[in-house]
Amino acid sequence: MAEEQIGGQQLRVVLAKLGFDGHDRGIKIVARILRDAGMEVIYLGLRQSYKNVVNAVEQEDADAVGLSMHNASHMTLAPKMVDALAEAGLEVPVIVGGIVPDEDIPPLMEKGVAAILGPGASAEEVATTVRDAVAALQ
Amino acid sequence: MSLRGLPPSEIFERAIGGERRALGRLITLVERDASEAEEIAELAHVKAGNAHVIGITGPPGSGKSTLTGQIVKLLGELGKRAAVLAVDPSSPLTGGAILGDRVRMEDVASPETFIRSMATRGHQGGLSLAVPGVVRLLDAAGYDPVLIETVGVGQVEVDIAGTADTTVVVATPGMGDAVQANKAGLLELADLFVVNKADRPGANDVRRDLDLMLDLSHVSGQDQRTGMRPEIIMTTALSGEGAPETWSAIERHRDAIAENGQLDQRRANRDLDEVRNRLLADVERRIDRMLAGESVGGVSDVLDRVTRRSLAPATAARELALKVSEI
Repeated sequence: MAEEQIGGQQLRVVLAKLGFDGHDRGIKIVARILRDAGMEVIYLGLRQSYKNVVNAVEQEDADAVGLSMHNASHMTLAPKMVDALAEAGLEVPVIVGGIVPDEDIPPLMEKGVAAILGPGASAEEVATTVRDAVAALQ
Repeated sequence: MSLRGLPPSEIFERAIGGERRALGRLITLVERDASEAEEIAELAHVKAGNAHVIGITGPPGSGKSTLTGQIVKLLGELGKRAAVLAVDPSSPLTGGAILGDRVRMEDVASPETFIRSMATRGHQGGLSLAVPGVVRLLDAAGYDPVLIETVGVGQVEVDIAGTADTTVVVATPGMGDAVQANKAGLLELADLFVVNKADRPGANDVRRDLDLMLDLSHVSGQDQRTGMRPEIIMTTALSGEGAPETWSAIERHRDAIAENGQLDQRRANRDLDEVRNRLLADVERRIDRMLAGESVGGVSDVLDRVTRRSLAPATAARELALKVSEI
């Protein structure tokens, strides 16, 4: 097993919560799910800015960004995150997880969010969604 | 514009020119040991050799990241362009990892700082195999100093001492008594000790135990190896107390080894170690392929005899050693 890791192509995923949303139980669980799916998680955690996430994606050469959102800020912050990454010339999918009402999903997808994971998504679903979102861009 | 499809030399030029996304991509290619990695290493090796490489190591939870963050903050104030390589363990079961050191550094670091998280990817010893190659890239891109924060280590993970110019070992109160300090291993390789969480009870006891250990190195003559006695600095990384003193001590160490010729010696050894480690990794891969029964005759027969108890493992290994080069 260990031998396979050397030179392996693990996906690298930046996980963050933007702004003042302090509910970080979910993002910790997602970090663990992605780790156990064999990915490398760059965990930024709470109170991050767009700039922090852009910096992390650049320097860590991340394959995807996961945003955890539980305070109804998704309609404002998620599209801005997508724009900030695009402005920096970074082509990475942004996946939103958390509490997103059904009617918000189409407008978010339209604004460039790659996928949305709601409560009850299984571990497998979470990992597959990330993999698929990365594959779709390559 | 995307970096995809650009030749490695072009990405390298961009990284040298300060494009951080390009540097991030180069690191990935080196870390994966991708087909471009050798060309990148050739380009970087010629340009590197200027950065002061500082290793920060110590047990899990001793405050390595927080201390590194404070030092990086200070370096920003001093106008230095620093890079940090923060290493965390990969899962031995899935290969995944949670790299959580960046969060303690980003907020205090100057915008000039380059921070990269790395997983150990199956390598024991406190670092990843790719660390020397990545340090070379950061060095070539003009970052100086380069700080490497190891995984939380115990007693024997001493990779860092062969990789850094200056090795800082972080200790905290409550880690054990003077006997622990006197055991062989990591503590012997420190160029500088930091006793962190100095505001907690027992910090002065740690300092005393380390001092005693260093006294004994003097008695036994072991300190002749380096010709200098490591300093002990007390810090409270959470508040930043002691960070300037730590940085001064790191600089004093660097000046001293530059003066007495050890800096060049260490760097030469580092490059030669890397050659050796690369060779070892190559041989290890060959051995694994051979034992998996690929393309060399007679191997499974030897292994069968071992499990049937008609041949001792050591004898089998000696016989098979002759076949390693065949694969």
